[in-house]
Amino acid sequence: METTTIETGRLYGLKRILGSATAYFLLILSILPILVGYAWLLIATFSYRTEGLFPIDAQGNIGGWTLRNWSFLTDPQIWRVTLNSLGIALGMVVGVGFVSSLAGYGLSRMNFPGRKAFLSLTLLLHAFPSVTLLIAIFFVLKFISKIPGLGPLFGYNTLGGVALVMVSLELPLGVWLMKGFFDNISWDVERAALIDGASRFRVWWEIILPQIKPGLAALAIFNFLSGWSAFLIPFTFTVGSKVANLPVYLRQLMSETAPTNWNQIAAVGLFQLIPVLIFFLFTQELLLNIYTGGAKGGV
Amino acid sequence: MKVELVNLTKRWGNVVGADHITLEIEHGEFVAFLGPSGCGKTTTLLMIAGIYKPTEGLIKFDGKVVNHLAPKDRNIGMVFQSYALYPHMNVLQNIGYPLKLKGVPKQEIRKRVQQVANMMGIGHLLDRKPAQLSGGQQQRVALGRALVKQPDLLLFDEPLSNLDARLRLSMRSEIKRLQLELGITSIYVTHDQVEAMTMADRIAVMKDGKLQAYCPPDELYDRPRTLFIAGFVGNPPMNFINVEVVQEDGEYHARAEGFDLVVPSERGEKAAGRGRVIMGVRPEDVCLADDGIPGEIYVVEPLGRDDLLNVRIGEASIHVLADPTLNLRIGDTVRLRFNTHKVQFFDPQTENSLLWTD
Ligand SMILES: Nc1ncnc2c1ncn2[C@@H]1O[C@H](COP(=O)(O)OP(=O)(O)OP(=O)(O)O)[C@@H](O)[C@H]1O
Ligand SMILES: [Mg+2]
Repeated sequence: METTTIETGRLYGLKRILGSATAYFLLILSILPILVGYAWLLIATFSYRTEGLFPIDAQGNIGGWTLRNWSFLTDPQIWRVTLNSLGIALGMVVGVGFVSSLAGYGLSRMNFPGRKAFLSLTLLLHAFPSVTLLIAIFFVLKFISKIPGLGPLFGYNTLGGVALVMVSLELPLGVWLMKGFFDNISWDVERAALIDGASRFRVWWEIILPQIKPGLAALAIFNFLSGWSAFLIPFTFTVGSKVANLPVYLRQLMSETAPTNWNQIAAVGLFQLIPVLIFFLFTQELLLNIYTGGAKGGV
Repeated sequence: MKVELVNLTKRWGNVVGADHITLEIEHGEFVAFLGPSGCGKTTTLLMIAGIYKPTEGLIKFDGKVVNHLAPKDRNIGMVFQSYALYPHMNVLQNIGYPLKLKGVPKQEIRKRVQQVANMMGIGHLLDRKPAQLSGGQQQRVALGRALVKQPDLLLFDEPLSNLDARLRLSMRSEIKRLQLELGITSIYVTHDQVEAMTMADRIAVMKDGKLQAYCPPDELYDRPRTLFIAGFVGNPPMNFINVEVVQEDGEYHARAEGFDLVVPSERGEKAAGRGRVIMGVRPEDVCLADDGIPGEIYVVEPLGRDDLLNVRIGEASIHVLADPTLNLRIGDTVRLRFNTHKVQFFDPQTENSLLWTD
């Protein structure tokens, strides 16, 4: 009797191990192409040439490691474009975060004429592909350039101008997202705060915002990523290398006349990827939490 | 503080939340708003708090119209059914928040919060977050937060309906005791008539946004002015029987099929000669007696201390409380005696009382 239970117990354990082994196997299989891609990228940045995954030297033998591709790190230009990328990303985090959390609150909590129309219009705006707006935006930026004071900050070919355009294109989605998060906060908590003696603004700042921190964090992360890797807008509305960001710098490396050093491009690409990877490492728990149902806990 | 509502009305389009409510609450009085779900209790309360703007009518505090005063300038404490604690703040911060908003110094806040928390029996929980508290403890925090700023008016919106029956009982008496001790004018919204009856000095009964009655509990119980109040107040609810009241040989008889009851003339004369009227009699005013009117038991519901019998006499169905040791069964015949000094009569059309309308 006893031996049989032990036997079945063992069998059960074996089954479980086999079960999880299959799961892992399938998971690894499915991410294999991506892993290979990353490995390739990494290897390419440290070699003269690669053939498949293998670095080869001038004679075509395996070997030929080099740090040559990373020499761009000593170029002050890379640090300037990195700073520009960071500027655009942070500009988006702050700009979109601030405006959408205020607008979302208003749209979620207050009744005013035109509220419904505004909401549907925002959704419509979000559906517009930004490419179709490029020419119109160009004229707007040109116009801003002519305004004294604002021109040098937010005009054509300025970092501020790029950030402004990116922020406004992201706002429709941001406002909707935030409105959704505010909709989930109980009215009673807000009413309690009003009765306790808080002004509307204080309620927003001290009571409501802390409760949608996960939502704010999600918005910030998405905006940071989209600002960090922005290409179309900076590429279209900047000229020269002073206000270029990383993706634009990458594009500039692909010259039309001289042969392109693809291994250097891989290195710059990897360089651009590093902060994102680190960022993900620290925020993945938060992101997962958001994907699986938003804010949790609380009363 | 004395509170007056004058024709207070709230409408959203054609949805009516509160409909011309007029009443006065004396200083230090404990008033209950009683009514079924959706009758406008919360709406009225939120208008008094300044959260909803009245569509019509006036709210007066101590004779001054406060319609346009912001909630923060009304010095009101409110307890919500959902507790509405601030989930990201601990108990100390929750209770202290109204004081912080008033600009009270930190030391002083701590002292006063500790004092209130001790009074509520949650003094040892000050650094817990609301999510780490039981429902009863959260309720006390909410109460503490409403009390800490020493409000002129306390509003309760069904504060006990999320608690279990035993806790509800003890919190009920605790709230009542606190209110008496502090002497703060209070409005207590509930749909539980026992709560209203036991706690309130006066009860405002509401239905479909309208004020049905506003009087002390015993009057509400003994002299219901409408059919709705008679049926809503009291547990188990009042029995209603369609009868015709006729005068014969100087006596008043309430008659229906299989049913003939002599009623006192001061009650009977008001219902006589009107054709069909509705007679109301509470289950506790009916008892089993050998010389009573015979009927057949239709349902037996054991309540523990009593059995609740549903007895059929003709077309009428009457609830009676009976001693469980009698071991009555469905189908048995019992005889019922009615305490005729407590019977009520209502007009079936207007549903108003024939006895107590002036
Ligand atoms: N913001 C609102 N917009 C439209 N109608 C509303 C609003 N708030 C309440 N109502 C309506 O007003 C009526 C009264 O609602 P109220 O919340 O005051 O009921 P209540 O007596 O508190 O009920 P309960 O016991 O269920 O809490 C209901 O018919 C409700 O649907
Ligand atoms: Mg309510």
